[in-house]
Amino acid sequence: MMDDWEDEDGPEVVKKFLYLNRKAPYGTIYALESLEKVLVAAAFEQDVSMVFCDDGVFQIVKGQSTDGIGMKNFSPTFRALEGYDVEKLYVEKESLEARGLSEDDLLVDVEVVTSAEIQDLIDDQDVVMSS
Amino acid sequence: MKFGILVNEGPFNHQASDSALRFAMAALEKGHEVPRVFFYNDGVYNANKESEPQSDDRNIVKLWSDLAKENGIDLVVCIAAALRRGIKDDALPDGFRISGLGQLVESGIANDRLVVFGD
Repeated sequence: MMDDWEDEDGPEVVKKFLYLNRKAPYGTIYALESLEKVLVAAAFEQDVSMVFCDDGVFQIVKGQSTDGIGMKNFSPTFRALEGYDVEKLYVEKESLEARGLSEDDLLVDVEVVTSAEIQDLIDDQDVVMSS
Repeated sequence: MKFGILVNEGPFNHQASDSALRFAMAALEKGHEVPRVFFYNDGVYNANKESEPQSDDRNIVKLWSDLAKENGIDLVVCIAAALRRGIKDDALPDGFRISGLGQLVESGIANDRLVVFGD
């Protein structure tokens, strides 16, 4: 079923997929497993965007170490996103400010946008997956 | 309308699986299509045939199997999420299968809406 959307020349249908990341990188598995979803959508050549808001902004803060908690540090994967053509990264301005962070604290190039702009961004998508 | 469904939480611990089930039932009753439900994060625990809730409680796993059988729904469990939680082929209830995240992307592409249940 549903196998007629892709042929040898690439995807027949490209939809806009937005991944809304709202949770801190460690403490729960949501951030890591969301990143796995993003990479697969990119591998399927879909039009992928990512939004970081609420504690999700901590996912892309520089200088993280997981030595003390025995978990895999997946910060490097965010740096690799560009190689998968995932370049539309948005961070909510209000979430950064509420946590005393600025764009300089982040490990990837992002566009800082307001909460209202994120609403427009979500409106513009075909598929939104939040976690 | 064609709905894809994504379940991100385990049954019983969280209401997401119940809500997803009820949503699927309501959609089908209204004449919509639900070709596939994809299970991710702890949602893969919906695919555990050893689940035995007390007899006066709803049996979420069986409800999925029954719904899938009656309506030809493809219940897909993410392989990476399943393996790290010990869900393998021999754990699967009737109607479930293990496959890759590509099936979720495909669900987003092929359906009119993808509805996400979970935190």
